[in-house]
Amino acid sequence: MSDVPAGLETLDFSFSGGRPAGRFAPVLVGVVGSGNLEVMLEPADSHDCTVRVETSARGFGPIWQAVMDDFHARHPLAGVRVSINDMGATPAVVSLRLDQAVAEIAGGQP
Amino acid sequence: MISYAECSARERLALLLDPGSFHEWLPPAQRITSPHLAQLGVPSAFDDGVAIGRATLDGHKVFVAAQEGEFMGGGVGEVHGAKLVGLLQRALRDRPAAVLLLAESGGVRLHEANAGLIAVSEVMRALLDVRTAGIPVIVLIGGANGCFGGMGIVARCADFIVMSDVGRLAMSGPEVIEASHGVEEFDSRDRALVWRTTGGKHRWLIGDCDALVEDEVADFRAAAIAALGKNKPLTLAALEQEHRLLARRLQALPAQDAEGDDATLLWRALGVDGAQQVPELPVEAVRAMRAD
Repeated sequence: MSDVPAGLETLDFSFSGGRPAGRFAPVLVGVVGSGNLEVMLEPADSHDCTVRVETSARGFGPIWQAVMDDFHARHPLAGVRVSINDMGATPAVVSLRLDQAVAEIAGGQP
Repeated sequence: MISYAECSARERLALLLDPGSFHEWLPPAQRITSPHLAQLGVPSAFDDGVAIGRATLDGHKVFVAAQEGEFMGGGVGEVHGAKLVGLLQRALRDRPAAVLLLAESGGVRLHEANAGLIAVSEVMRALLDVRTAGIPVIVLIGGANGCFGGMGIVARCADFIVMSDVGRLAMSGPEVIEASHGVEEFDSRDRALVWRTTGGKHRWLIGDCDALVEDEVADFRAAAIAALGKNKPLTLAALEQEHRLLARRLQALPAQDAEGDDATLLWRALGVDGAQQVPELPVEAVRAMRAD
């Protein structure tokens, strides 16, 4: 048996120094299914980009940190709230969903 | 050409309704999520697996719900069910031209057990209220997860069902039948058997769906538009007619020791010529085979 307790893990990240995203309608991409995740972006009044992850795969905090650092390097956003429900997506899938969500803010079609 | 089966619930809404006309109620940003899943260590979805709202379809005002089959198999939990009920009850007040249900569900979400069961029964009651008020309820079935369990019953309570050949509609799913009655009774891994007994062609031939279409979003849209105004009266006479149809089907069922495959024998008994060829035939050909 693993010593990782059962249940969801909640992870919070925050990044500063990004470019203001301005106002936009909330964006939702992806679906909470096995190996998949949903990413929602909403405008926020803060000057940061905050990220909250709820994941069923516990114990991957350092990997999420690396994936989110990488996301912030590619898309330095400010005034954005990122909310993620994850069901064991791989880092590559997470990064693609984040990119897809950012593209939707810019007016992409689903 | 866009496959309906491969679209997510939200993609179907975007492509099936008039462009840009969908206005969502209780959108994901409101975070009306399941009160049960987190306790079980299962992640929630911001929309609890169903999007509801109003839209226009070919210019007609409609209410619409789309279930996401990839989230918990489209299972109906407490919030998911309450969203469906709320949509139907609002239809009683606002009287849209129709309520569209883009169904894709394994039925009750087992994680939410009793709450899900109650939710499904409330959906049925609300759906029948909407029909009684003269507003047609149109169900579209073409997702990879099919329409099973409580949602299968909900679908059959509606006025009009549109199915693709890859769509499936039934009460007990293949795995459930195999688990309870054994693999000799039903081999859930036999895909041909599964589609012969639950698939769109079968439902069309025996009269359980009202339109059979290709797995194309545009075909679903056209069939939904054609179904507008096709109310079926919810009367004693209509119910008795339904009972006669079911009795006829029961009598047509092949005997236990009959040679050959059950579904094919049933189609033949119901007057379908060339029943043997049905699985290989294109949708258009099967459409013409129904003995009305």
